[in-house]
Amino acid sequence: MNAHNPLKRTSRWVHIPLVLLGMVFLFPLVWLTASSLQSREQVGRIPPQWLPRMYYVSIEGEKIPVTPPEMFAEEQLLVTPLEGPDQGRRMLVPPSAYQDGMLAQRIQVADQFEDRLFPAELVQRVPAGYVYVREWLLSKYGTATPRQFYVPEDRISVEIQPIWGNFPEAIRALTAGEEAKKQPLGQLLGKTRWPWTPSDNVETQITFLTYLANSLVVAVLSVIGTLLSSSLVAYGLTRIHWKGRETLFTVILATMMIPFPVLMVPLYSVFRTLGWLGTLMPLWVPAWFAGAFNIFLLRQFFLTIPENLTDAARIDGCSEFAIYLRIMLPLAKPALAVVALFQFLFAWNDFLAPMIFLTEPDTFTMALGLQQYQSQHGGSEWHLLMAAALLLVLPIVILFFFTQKTFIQGISTTGMKG
Amino acid sequence: MIAHRRLTGLLFCLPWFIGFGVFMLFPMLAALYYSLSDYSVLLPPVFIGLENYRELASDALFWKSLSNTLYYAIGAVTLSLMTSLTLALLLNSRVRGMAFYRTVFFLPSLMPVVAGSILWMWMYTGDGGIINTALAYVGIEGPAWLADPDFAKSALILMAVWGAGHAMVILLAGLQDIPEHLYEAALLDGAGWWHRMVYVTLPMITPVVYFNLIIGIIGSLQVFTQAFIMTGSTGAPERSTLFYVLRLFNVAFEDLRMGYACAMAWILFVIILGLTIIMHKFSARWVHYERS
Repeated sequence: MNAHNPLKRTSRWVHIPLVLLGMVFLFPLVWLTASSLQSREQVGRIPPQWLPRMYYVSIEGEKIPVTPPEMFAEEQLLVTPLEGPDQGRRMLVPPSAYQDGMLAQRIQVADQFEDRLFPAELVQRVPAGYVYVREWLLSKYGTATPRQFYVPEDRISVEIQPIWGNFPEAIRALTAGEEAKKQPLGQLLGKTRWPWTPSDNVETQITFLTYLANSLVVAVLSVIGTLLSSSLVAYGLTRIHWKGRETLFTVILATMMIPFPVLMVPLYSVFRTLGWLGTLMPLWVPAWFAGAFNIFLLRQFFLTIPENLTDAARIDGCSEFAIYLRIMLPLAKPALAVVALFQFLFAWNDFLAPMIFLTEPDTFTMALGLQQYQSQHGGSEWHLLMAAALLLVLPIVILFFFTQKTFIQGISTTGMKG
Repeated sequence: MIAHRRLTGLLFCLPWFIGFGVFMLFPMLAALYYSLSDYSVLLPPVFIGLENYRELASDALFWKSLSNTLYYAIGAVTLSLMTSLTLALLLNSRVRGMAFYRTVFFLPSLMPVVAGSILWMWMYTGDGGIINTALAYVGIEGPAWLADPDFAKSALILMAVWGAGHAMVILLAGLQDIPEHLYEAALLDGAGWWHRMVYVTLPMITPVVYFNLIIGIIGSLQVFTQAFIMTGSTGAPERSTLFYVLRLFNVAFEDLRMGYACAMAWILFVIILGLTIIMHKFSARWVHYERS
């Protein structure tokens, strides 16, 4: 039957645009992951590469990770001048510049350039086909200086290998103090300043975990607050039949049109008067007073719960609050889950409000901490920025995969007319 | 009894009343008063009448930020809506693996804006960025994107389209709510694919499109974070990404001219209110509501 019904038939060709569009939509996420697993040297390469490659040089049985090799087309000499401006340095020069222990160098004397000869020592001949590599040090906060090697190309081996070390390195990079970054990660995180640590405690450091804890505190407190307050209001709007509740609901809906930027300046002075600036309170306290969107979602769900359930309880002499607590809340679990998810997501992703109200680095949320790091070190450490961005995204992605159904149903309801 | 019930009802709504009063109504009215004052937070506001509004009328940066924002809003809302509608229609055709595709398109819309902005900045790198490398692969020489005043806004619009998955989920739910019998009736009348689309599908989801349109416009008029991170608080290059809220932020928290910023805030509110009312008036012409 279905085979003949054109409504039930789907063309197989629809997969072609879907796969193409799907690739476009996934592309940035794949690139985010790919970049976060590459070495600092590889991430800056032109043209960009997808797979994380590691290069190694084998010297005296030791396998040392190195930078991508740079090849020499012609023979070069590695020399160390014994005098002159480059005294003691190792320089790579063409063979024609070095004869009989003397290196020809053009140096600046006053405003003029002069060709002079300096005694120099030959360190190594670098034949054509050799490559130049530098030892790859994972952390830029370490104190070691990278060694340099000039070796035949066949001494270099390539392996496809993700650099998981970028993640601890990104965690270290998000730490506020420059000096603190040089400490071993375990020691550094052990000194983390938590939202409940007194902020004048000099023994502690503002680390990635500080931001993580702040984000979680804000998210969890605002989820609890919004669940309690919005469900109370939704109950008052649906289960108690009083004149004016429809008007009130319309007013509540209308407040959705008031954009945050309109409120941010006076709110700033309100929070300043209350002494909340520099604490996390401006971010979670307002959630305890029922937002319009959440009231709307819960009201729509409450309307679908049969009235006689609550009426029966009322006849049995239950108070309204008891009915709300014992009957409505347990029945409304699916809708409460949606509200909790949306609120968590909002708190986790929010940037403008934290940016304005969080004036102290020890109250920064993850999003703000990442932006601060980006604005100070952006444009160079892309592998660490991508790793840090992935750390911000990951909790959301994990949450999504565990609660996919709730998510999709919740968002679907928002489009339903009220 | 009725009075008692009203009292209980109001009591349940108390959290909203307090929140509305303290975190909305009071700030709105305070903003109105500040907008008529010279106010820098540190000193009490001094009433100056309409001076702030008068100054705004001749403030080139104000007009620049307004036109940038309208350009962005029109581009982002139109393209996102077209993309999300296309995706929803494709997915609604009873395609196998629909849940998988839906996840793929929806996932990017969950990205925290901060992470998304940093990622797109990296992709938009003019020299050796992944997007320009991909374009070069098909023989197109890509622009400098965020560094080019002619392309910076378009770059941000493209990034907004990436988040179209959210609207797609809402539209898809709307499409799946269309009663089957409408299609069967159309089929009996000999309507082909195109006619079913134009006379059944599209009219039936106009309420959902209308909802997404309103949400999209209100949201994109407030664009801030992307620009703040990707092109800086000055709206570089050549102020081509100086958006309204970015300008408002600078005036309030960098110049510390809170009164002037509040005047901007109220104008934004009036613009959003006006647009919503206009769209509501016009909606009767194209939005189709089933009588139930």
